[in-house]
Amino acid sequence: MKHVDLVIVGGGSAGLAAAISAYDQGIKDILIIEKGPTLGGILNQCIHNGFGIETFNEQLTGPEYAERFIDEVDKRHIAYKLNTMVVSLNANKDLAYSNDCEGYQVIEAGALIMATGCYERSAGQIMLPGARLAGVMTAGQAQEYVNIDGYMVGRNVFILGSGDIGLIMARRMALEGANVLGVAEIMPYSNGLPRNIVQCLNDFDIPLFLSHTISNVYGRQRVEKITITEVDDQFNFIAGSEKDFVVDTLLLSVGLVPNNDLLMQAGAELSSTKGPIVDEKLETTIPGIFSCGNALHVHDIVDYVSDEGKLAGISAAQYLLNPHFENGAQIRVLPGNLIGYVVPQRIDINSNAEEIILKYRVKKPIEKARISVQIDGVEIKKAFRPFAIPSEMEMIKLRKQDLRAGSLLTVEVNSHE
Amino acid sequence: MYDIIIIGAGVIGALVARKLAAYELKVAILEKGNDVCSGSTMANSAIVHSGYDPVPGTLKAKFNVASNPRFEQICQELDVPFQRIGSLTVATEKEQLPQLEALTKRAQENGVPVRIISQEELRQIEPNITPSAIQALFAPTAGIVDPFLLTIHAVENAIDHGTELFLNEKVTQISKENGIYTLFTRKEHQYQAKVVINAAGVHSDDIARLVGDEYFTITPRKGEYFVLDHFKAGFVNHVIFPLPSKAGKGILITPTTAGNYLIGPSSQFVSEKERVTTDSITLNYVKENAQRLIPNIPFSQVIRTFSGLRATPIGEDFIIEESRQNPGFIHVAGIESPGLVASPAISDYVVDTLVMKRLPLIKRANYNPRIRPYTRLKNLSSEERDALIEKNPEYGQIICRCEQISAGEINEYLQRNCPPHSIKAVKKRTRAGFGKCQGGFCQIHVIHLLAKHYQIPVTKVNYDEEGSEVLIASSRGDQA
Repeated sequence: MKHVDLVIVGGGSAGLAAAISAYDQGIKDILIIEKGPTLGGILNQCIHNGFGIETFNEQLTGPEYAERFIDEVDKRHIAYKLNTMVVSLNANKDLAYSNDCEGYQVIEAGALIMATGCYERSAGQIMLPGARLAGVMTAGQAQEYVNIDGYMVGRNVFILGSGDIGLIMARRMALEGANVLGVAEIMPYSNGLPRNIVQCLNDFDIPLFLSHTISNVYGRQRVEKITITEVDDQFNFIAGSEKDFVVDTLLLSVGLVPNNDLLMQAGAELSSTKGPIVDEKLETTIPGIFSCGNALHVHDIVDYVSDEGKLAGISAAQYLLNPHFENGAQIRVLPGNLIGYVVPQRIDINSNAEEIILKYRVKKPIEKARISVQIDGVEIKKAFRPFAIPSEMEMIKLRKQDLRAGSLLTVEVNSHE
Repeated sequence: MYDIIIIGAGVIGALVARKLAAYELKVAILEKGNDVCSGSTMANSAIVHSGYDPVPGTLKAKFNVASNPRFEQICQELDVPFQRIGSLTVATEKEQLPQLEALTKRAQENGVPVRIISQEELRQIEPNITPSAIQALFAPTAGIVDPFLLTIHAVENAIDHGTELFLNEKVTQISKENGIYTLFTRKEHQYQAKVVINAAGVHSDDIARLVGDEYFTITPRKGEYFVLDHFKAGFVNHVIFPLPSKAGKGILITPTTAGNYLIGPSSQFVSEKERVTTDSITLNYVKENAQRLIPNIPFSQVIRTFSGLRATPIGEDFIIEESRQNPGFIHVAGIESPGLVASPAISDYVVDTLVMKRLPLIKRANYNPRIRPYTRLKNLSSEERDALIEKNPEYGQIICRCEQISAGEINEYLQRNCPPHSIKAVKKRTRAGFGKCQGGFCQIHVIHLLAKHYQIPVTKVNYDEEGSEVLIASSRGDQA
């Protein structure tokens, strides 16, 4: 079986950053496997700007942001395969891939970084009521059709869900000449970044209906009409609040789910958010397999995906270069009050990392948030935020000296008045 | 002029066509949809019932019991996934035990092997069963089948022998002259035949009305379902039923031949024959009922919900007979559950008994009940797969990542005799788009494969029926 020191599955923002950092740490035998026809992943269809503010201090489009990383990969002559699907993976890090020129190949990886991104929740997953018709699709799918393939998907459009892709696509469809009648969000707050609400909805006079969801979809072959209804705080429909919209297209922006079929197949443990359970080095429960980017947890800013990819690259390099790369006693990490999730889910108490970044999302908008990190109930770190909202991933850094012996680390948030 | 026209390409129409293909007859199938298998056969529980449940002496009992043992052979001949996994009808209250006894008796009358199993044995074979399960009726001959491929491959088998399939041909008018029926369609085409078989599912009463037969009525009864991803093998190992009631066999949980899990159906009479919609109230009802049998169903694994319409007749039994006033016009109507399993014996009866009265049945010399097997990458060893890709690189291009389906597998169907014309038709045949992303990643590839094969612009590729294009126009000036 052919051996490769480091295989990176996925050539999007996370995988590219991981490859570059692993190479710079001294790993030269790297292979990136990408299912699409180009490197860059989903960035290729994100032709709007706003990428790279954190990393490059300038506003780039998705393809421009990707190009910066692709150039670095090329400079290092890192090998990659395009149009290639990894079809199986086991815990020994043997993987099989398939493409049209090499056929079905099996390779043995010294270490693996899984940067397989995420997928969009579909009409089926949210149990969208009504008929199953043409004209209902996810916002990301529409984005690919419009931006990559160059086809319009509708003339009169409604959008369910105020996730960032939905907001971006509201603007995109409007710019393409479609009539965007509104965006409905079941929660009482938006699930997109505030800047996208302003730039994509407000600037285009597209109404946002908070605490509303689709209660019916009508049509024969294609969507002809939708009804939205207001919901109470238990998400029950409020009778009499129905509003009809005559549309031919319904785009869904109702959440992203980490895509980890291969890790599941290999037997890695997944968390309730469907990302793998990792430690502070982003190593999964299978030694030598690392995870980063939206496959680990869904990000809202690509710059943080790149940072995470970089960390995964460094960790994988250490794993390959340092035979004593082992996990010591571990502290479990759990979300506390009003916290949705925390990554990583485990921390090595003897970690020699100078700092450990805990990433988390709050469950609902909180004003004057006081974030508290505790080990076995003892606060080791606190932070304050004027606002914390679910659509923004938050980070809190722990230094080595913040850690103390214990078994359970929790992150919680409270409003301090 | 045809000897026989079959109206409707569901499982009944398909298996009747396949049965007729064994004889020297000129046969056509008229299907109103854009694909075969697009009505009740597309949306049901996909179960090969053992036959303990139907009332002894009914056509339902007779044809169910006669057909069940034949599925290994049929599915082998037609290259259709089938697994005889057995069913469990679970009693959760002491009051239900007499009902289990009664079902056991009925099974014996129908000649179906069953036995009552203890709580302990039940837990062993179904670890996720509710703790309140007391006993269950085990019917080892029950199975699960892929109803799409059963129908599609049966039609292909018929077409291999000269049967003609006309899609998008809705019959709107029928006239009779000198023993010849002329069928007029919405597209203003005419087809003539000596014998007509009405296998129009929920519309079979509408077809009957076209020749003046008003003695049966079909009331569509809707069933809504959840589909779970193939998240874990063995979560449920058998078809699991509650005890039956007037509303039917109740809400069941079953694995599918592809490793998914199906939960449903509800049972609700509806007035419209086309609106296969779902709603949250009904789905919640399905959920709550299913949880009474399996409390820990992971609803986070739901990838789709759907509904189907049962062709429920006013009487309790199937209606399989020649029209009382139109010789040669044969109704195969009211085929609700257990219609899928009963379809082979129904087809035999229709041809060997009813058609035989009107047409001479001369055996076709070169009749072959088999179709050429299809390539399924997941069943190949890595060496076989590698060799295949070397011969045809399309098998190396995995376009559906959730179900791992290659462009080669889709093209294979496109080149056969009952090809897909829509995205949904590709999905039914190959499972591309059946997975957890529901076509989010592969739909564009499927659109391009269809457009290339039929040499049409991608803006003409339909999601399902005619007029269901996904891409409506170019957003650039440089392409069609």
